[in-house]
Amino acid sequence: MNPFVVLSFVAVAAVTIGGGLGVVLARTVFASGLFLILSFIGVAGIYVLLEAPFLAATQVLVYVGAVAVLILFAIMLTRRVMSGSTQDNRMNNQWIAAALVALLLFALLVGTTFQQWNLSQDSPPPDSVAQLGAAFLGPYILPFEIVSVLLLAALIGAIVIARE
Amino acid sequence: MVDYFAQFMPGWAAALLWFVLYAVILLVFALVNMLFITWVERKVIGRMQDRIGANRAGPFGLFQPVADMVKILTKEDITPTAANRVIYNLGPLVVVPPAILVFAVLPFSASITGVDLNIGLLFIFAVAGTATLGILIAGWGSNNKYSLVGAMRAVAQMVSYEVPQLLSIVGVVMIAGTLSMQGIVAKQAQLGWFVLLQPIAFIVFLIAAMAEVNRTPFDLPEAESEIIAGHHTEYSGLKFGMFYLAEYMSVLFVSALAATVFLGGYQIPFVPVGNVINNFLGPFVLIGKTYLFIFLTIWLRGTLPRVRVDHLMAFAWKALVPICLMNIFLVALIAPFISVTAANSPALAAPVAIVSMLVANAIMFVIIYLVIQSIVRRDRARVAEGTVPAR
Amino acid sequence: MLAQWGFIGVFLLIALAFPVIGLATAWLLRPKKPGPIKKSTYECGLETVGETWIQFKVQYYIYALIFVIFDIEIAFLLPWAVSHTALVASGTGLNYLPLVEVVIFVAILLAGLVWAWRKGALEWV
Repeated sequence: MNPFVVLSFVAVAAVTIGGGLGVVLARTVFASGLFLILSFIGVAGIYVLLEAPFLAATQVLVYVGAVAVLILFAIMLTRRVMSGSTQDNRMNNQWIAAALVALLLFALLVGTTFQQWNLSQDSPPPDSVAQLGAAFLGPYILPFEIVSVLLLAALIGAIVIARE
Repeated sequence: MVDYFAQFMPGWAAALLWFVLYAVILLVFALVNMLFITWVERKVIGRMQDRIGANRAGPFGLFQPVADMVKILTKEDITPTAANRVIYNLGPLVVVPPAILVFAVLPFSASITGVDLNIGLLFIFAVAGTATLGILIAGWGSNNKYSLVGAMRAVAQMVSYEVPQLLSIVGVVMIAGTLSMQGIVAKQAQLGWFVLLQPIAFIVFLIAAMAEVNRTPFDLPEAESEIIAGHHTEYSGLKFGMFYLAEYMSVLFVSALAATVFLGGYQIPFVPVGNVINNFLGPFVLIGKTYLFIFLTIWLRGTLPRVRVDHLMAFAWKALVPICLMNIFLVALIAPFISVTAANSPALAAPVAIVSMLVANAIMFVIIYLVIQSIVRRDRARVAEGTVPAR
Repeated sequence: MLAQWGFIGVFLLIALAFPVIGLATAWLLRPKKPGPIKKSTYECGLETVGETWIQFKVQYYIYALIFVIFDIEIAFLLPWAVSHTALVASGTGLNYLPLVEVVIFVAILLAGLVWAWRKGALEWV
């Protein structure tokens, strides 16, 4: 394998995991939010290395550009979280539940990593965007329309809750 | 170039050297232009306000930006005691890279592009969209009320106008059938510049772009009379300089993007894209077209007052987004017809495309005009009745 | 294709390094004479009163939220926009079925926007 690709993967994976660790260990919630964004960017890098550039760009557009802003705004909306520090309970007192969830997720991770997947031998398509569009409107039309309904539900639900 | 380097070193080193070299050239190009824009702005605004503008340093004050740079480098830098040190210092470091990175996919001629990604346009919007983060970080980290209010305003505005900006280029993407920047320019050589095919989308794009880079009349985030300097109130020295740099880089890039997507980019009218003249003159033509838009932004700054915040938001969501959606569906109806014409008789492609699109846009314009007129009439009637206050 | 992204990676590193180098140069050149008055929060000469990090208006959040929804919509619309012309013009004559499908997609979301509009969620109060 190309050493540059390996090197890039290590760097990108380090950014992703480092960001994830930062989210948990940061002292202020705002800093946690920023680390989460770093992690999002790392994930975009991994998509690039998987030769899925459209997915990578969408990840940056939606997660780094939009969801991150939403999260930071949400932090600013919550008075106690905004000024207070979470320093005193960084190791949260619900550690049993947290450990259980972590264990479960880890098992899932191990399961997917050691599963024998049917890997395609084809090289990635050069113009994936057009094929993606054709797939949306062809065989995957139902999921495509359901996405729209899902987004509508999210919009209505969020506005109703936010205006309470 | 890579081949030339490859004579002296292994292939990967040659490629890497070329990457670094091109990146540095691009960075220097952007920096020089950005400095030049600050001078142009001072001169033009000066003239518009019946002043002379910068005229001390060098001929016509041309060295003024250099003097400013030296000054800003040697200014004392203050970190307020109240600020969150780490996040405060992170602000300028986060705000600059997106403004530089977008230049990577800008085509300067048929053979000079950083990279011609097949998702080029999406890459630009994805990277440019992260500019909001630096502003939020600066606003929150300063622990200053003006900064935080300015940052919130800036982000709400940029976020609202990103939607019409993205939607306005969907029509262009549909006609071009690709997101690659070179592909879009090549399509304009075939069918005519997109400013002719998509005039309404072009205007929406310009308005949204102006709001996206916080320029007058959309400079609420930096409204001096209310919130001092918005998110960079507490920054001094080069840290302020970084915000300044990012802002002018964005103006430069957005102008170059408008020139590339709507004014045919590097191509000269009636000269084929692959032609030697076009290859040689391409970069200069692109810069010329870019400065057209830069002059427009300065002109607007010298002319228009600031809009009100409720008008600002209402305009994005209630006017621009519906107009863009209407435009997209019109293009969706007509674009396949153009593509069929182009396949059957290439000579007819450009006239058919331009005429059909202009007619469609004219119809759209009439509809928009009538709707706006009826809304205005209704509002005026209500104000006259006294049921609602004037707005 | 990864070579192209190699350039983006190199360019990103240079773009990240540029402000760091710039600020380091300024750090070497600039005078350092901080004082308690200089380092106080700027508020037009007055002492600051109260906290900065207070609770913000919910309206900002609603705009960010509508933005996220539309951003995702655009992420779905772009592949359609790229492939639309070729899809419709392929085969004999023009087949506008893909357009109908997308009209339904956008109409559902547009209904959301109109609903938010009617509810006054787009109003800046």
